[in-house]
Amino acid sequence: MKPRQKRFALVALGVAALAGAVTLVLTAFEDNMVFFFTPTQIATHEAPQDRTFRIGGMVEENSLERGADGTSVRFLVTDTAHRVAVTYTGALPDLFKEGKGVVAQGRLGADGVFAASEVLAKHDENYMPPEAAHALEQAKKAQATVVQ
Amino acid sequence: MSDSQLSATRAPSAGVSLFHYASPQTFFPLAGKLLWPSWIAAVALTLAGLYTGFFIAPTDATQGDSYRIIFIHVPAAWMSMVVYLAMAFWCAVGLVFNTRLSFMMSSALAPTGALWAFVALWTGALWGKPTWGTYWAWDARMTSELILFFLYCGYMALQAAIDDPRRADRAGALIAIVGAVNVPIIYFSVKWWNTLHQGASVSLTQSPSMASTMLTGMLLMALAAWAYTIAVALMRVRAIMIERERQTDWVRQLATGETKA
Repeated sequence: MKPRQKRFALVALGVAALAGAVTLVLTAFEDNMVFFFTPTQIATHEAPQDRTFRIGGMVEENSLERGADGTSVRFLVTDTAHRVAVTYTGALPDLFKEGKGVVAQGRLGADGVFAASEVLAKHDENYMPPEAAHALEQAKKAQATVVQ
Repeated sequence: MSDSQLSATRAPSAGVSLFHYASPQTFFPLAGKLLWPSWIAAVALTLAGLYTGFFIAPTDATQGDSYRIIFIHVPAAWMSMVVYLAMAFWCAVGLVFNTRLSFMMSSALAPTGALWAFVALWTGALWGKPTWGTYWAWDARMTSELILFFLYCGYMALQAAIDDPRRADRAGALIAIVGAVNVPIIYFSVKWWNTLHQGASVSLTQSPSMASTMLTGMLLMALAAWAYTIAVALMRVRAIMIERERQTDWVRQLATGETKA
């Protein structure tokens, strides 16, 4: 083997070994790398019980209730399979909307209600002009009436 | 000696071989010739991209006008990853073939890559506050991009800390190559883990999930970022070549005006 080929083999071997090591580490840390838990994970008791964590999912349609004081809210977070009630006091981000993604940080109470200390809006990767969004909504409504 | 090696050493007479430009002496004038076209392309594409992005593209249905950050944020984030892979590539070539110019290319790319990573993080924070409700969150996408920025800084700091350029190159190459594993982690983070950052709107396997004028503006800005990166890296690599090779005949001839730049 020429020295140049030997050096190439060394670099390639090094990169391959490193990639393998990183893969193993990431697989081992899999559970600790999640930014939020889904309602299903909470239902199956995968979420931590005694410390704060984040819950993520969709705000269920028609589930948002505002308190009498005007700053406290209560809504359901769903991943279509399970749902969790969330209470929060404070200003909600602009993009917070029913039917849209949300990530809330807080603690799960004994009553199964998630008391959030911070609510973030998570939005999707779709970008479209308002007219297109309107047209999509109309189409969805039309379809719903046909089904009914 | 085999045939291929013979032809490589004879390259100047037998057409243009890529190996011909592997030495600083021959690459210097070529880089100089490529400089102006790159700058012109960068300026033209930036103007076209900004005009498309800010005057032609419609507002977004949910985010309003704040989505227009993508015309800077997305190209910057892409380039921060591409530039790092280019650095790692040149470092690997330098280690294997023992070529001086490869390491110089890597050094020339590093500051621009760091700039792109910084721009991506900064614009992302400014956009995150109105849309998500926070400037920063420790999710996988943002954390790995921050690590990329630190890798750039570490590479530059390490190279600057070692006086002997050959040793500095080898030490830097180690950071560049080892750090390259971070790039696929950044790219796939939104797929592998639950993140606050949304998934990719543009990918090779799916049709893009955005209106076409928005996409046009973003792609124009991405091309502009490429052109700018190439132009700046060529300028910087020319400066590095002259600095490192100042003891050689070709630089002396350049300085006395015996050869044209």
